Amino acid sequence: MATSAATISRGTVPDVKAFDSFLAISLIAVLASCVRAIWFTPVDAMLGAAQKNFYVHVPAAIVGLYVACGLLAISSILYLWLKDERLDRLAEASAEVGLLFMGIVLVTGPIWARTSWGTWWVWEARITSTLFLWLLVLGYLVLRGAVESPESRARLSAVMGALAALLVPFIHLTVKLFRGMHPQPVVLKPEKPSMPPEMLATFLMATVAFLLLFFALLRMRMRWATLRDARAALEGA
Amino acid sequence: MPIPHETGATAVAGHPSGYPPVATLGVLPTGVTVEAAPVAVRAEGLVRAFGGRRAVNEVSLSLHEGDCLALFGPNGAGKTTLLRLLGGLLKATRGTAQLHGVPLPGPAETRRLVGLISHNSMLYPALTVRENVRFAAECQGVLEADQATTQVLGRLRVLDREQTPVRFLSRGLQQRVSIARALVHGPRLVLLDEPYTGLDEVGALAFTDALRELKAGGATLVLVTHNLVEGLSLATRAVIMRDGAFVYDERPSAVGFDLAAFQARYRSLVHEGIA
Amino acid sequence: MNTTAPATASHRPPAFFADAIRLARKDLLIEFRTRSAFLAATVFAVLAVVIFRFTWDPTAIPAFDLAPGVLWVIFTFSGLLGLNRSFGLEQAERAYDGLLASQMSRESIFAGKVLANLVFVAGVQALTLPAVALFFDLQVGSAWGVLIGIVLCASLGLAAVGTLFAAIAANTRLAELLLPMMTLPFFVPLVIPAAQTSAVILRGQPLDDALPWFKLLLAFDLVFVTACLAVFPFTIEE
Repeated sequence: MATSAATISRGTVPDVKAFDSFLAISLIAVLASCVRAIWFTPVDAMLGAAQKNFYVHVPAAIVGLYVACGLLAISSILYLWLKDERLDRLAEASAEVGLLFMGIVLVTGPIWARTSWGTWWVWEARITSTLFLWLLVLGYLVLRGAVESPESRARLSAVMGALAALLVPFIHLTVKLFRGMHPQPVVLKPEKPSMPPEMLATFLMATVAFLLLFFALLRMRMRWATLRDARAALEGA
Repeated sequence: MPIPHETGATAVAGHPSGYPPVATLGVLPTGVTVEAAPVAVRAEGLVRAFGGRRAVNEVSLSLHEGDCLALFGPNGAGKTTLLRLLGGLLKATRGTAQLHGVPLPGPAETRRLVGLISHNSMLYPALTVRENVRFAAECQGVLEADQATTQVLGRLRVLDREQTPVRFLSRGLQQRVSIARALVHGPRLVLLDEPYTGLDEVGALAFTDALRELKAGGATLVLVTHNLVEGLSLATRAVIMRDGAFVYDERPSAVGFDLAAFQARYRSLVHEGIA
Repeated sequence: MNTTAPATASHRPPAFFADAIRLARKDLLIEFRTRSAFLAATVFAVLAVVIFRFTWDPTAIPAFDLAPGVLWVIFTFSGLLGLNRSFGLEQAERAYDGLLASQMSRESIFAGKVLANLVFVAGVQALTLPAVALFFDLQVGSAWGVLIGIVLCASLGLAAVGTLFAAIAANTRLAELLLPMMTLPFFVPLVIPAAQTSAVILRGQPLDDALPWFKLLLAFDLVFVTACLAVFPFTIEE
């Protein structure tokens, strides 16, 4: 067989470790924050025990909406400029892991709504935005699945990712023009967070734990993608 | 049975090489003085990668006006990719290419120098023959589009069917209309991607004749085909590609070309590995 | 070395508007000959109007509350029917390769396709609007002008985004299934403002109430027509 100077994709092929310690640590962190939330954090006077949902719902929202979608948007735009396939793998991984976290938001939200207000779903601004973003990312992943050639897949999904980045502010604006029942922001406000310190501490701990979990899953997913692409390159050569 | 070679100019008695010089003829004689013609296509170290895989791997060549390069090879050898690189339809990952002196990728206008013919007709089935070719002419910026359309349809002998929607035509006729579409704007480089697919013997012969005429007019052809007979009868240069590189490079019209050896080499390179 | 294409007396350089209009005319001519998508869209529109009309309880919901929703749902889905065919007709015999191999700029190809889709969508709406007004007994009066303006603005946004995603979907296996999946989130900031503005008009409320929605619609058009035009060349392999 003629020797071909086929180069393997940029970036070293990762080792496959049997035990991912980063993932283990992050899972423990999430578990720990849940334990702290349930047993070691005071119950909210007004909203009752159901409020504990907050320590999962909001961190998942922060990670899924801002971190994951932000990464997806930025890596898509950068890919169009730089054409580095690592950016494409980052976009793919962010989308999938982000979908998971947004899914958590969409499940915990109705649970909280049901226990607090008696309805499973309310068409208010933030949860509706999350739903649309979830559908958007799902569409992105379906597009990825439908394109055969890896180069085209990267290019076309980067186009969609870039446009999705532009879409997000429009969705927020559209949905905000409807007034909503969602609790007013308690933490992410210009003024100081208006929560008592023990609850704030639990919340911050939960957020950090979810962030760790996100990056652990992201890294795992990206490694898987690198292995898959390397194998495809070898098979194609 | 020997493959009929390109017969351009007839031999002129008394002239040393048997052919009169280019200037007196106005057409290019077979392969002999092709080097005297201007360079139409030049490529140096062309590489095209898709992800980690190099479809075209360090290809260098130069083609003169009137040359016909036939690209043979197994599927996935990079023939179509090279074709598109030379026509400016794909950007090279590395290396340089020039079309009539214009470095590729050039401005949009350089695409006008190229005509593309493939096994798909690239026609709109609902439109008539005339509408299809006229549309192509106008897209390529031809000024007297109606006139040019009539001319090219006449040359390809489909003028009598010009008001017929393309979908009612036979495959052979569609191919002829497709050629008209590709040539109406007078391209200097004609790219042919497996044009013989689906053509019967009569259609293939007629098509080859049309291509001979093109070559005689000074156009450069790059032909990707699996049809060894037709390809070698037209080619001034025959190349077998594998894994993105030239592995065999011959001049069929040159003295000393061994057809049997080429065929054997072709068979071994293309069919190797297939049980 | 000569760095421009050899000058030939019988050629003219590519021209954005002329090329785009020619392409749009060609698309519309083909659609006129085959009539496939337009018929499908119109039949869908009439069917939808009839179904909504016969499942509607006029005593429970006033017409001007239901009609905007009906109007814009039909708009979206009939638009999608047209968008599919936009690149479908280029796929049949790989005619798209012929366009890409010509001297037309990628941007003019996009503009031509958007123009053809705009005419298509606006054409379907031209039939749907009167049908909805008739079946739901709407009193539009002097606000027809504003309503038509909204339809045109929304059609432009739909055509731009839809054409881009149709170009993407043309590269995939399940184009007809994928196109709605990809585009519907994008149509949200288009259809909701349009529906809200229509509702304001049909209820006879002061037009100022609709202003924030209308501004959102215009902003969407501005941003996305530009963005889709800029990003279209990336849908072509080069």
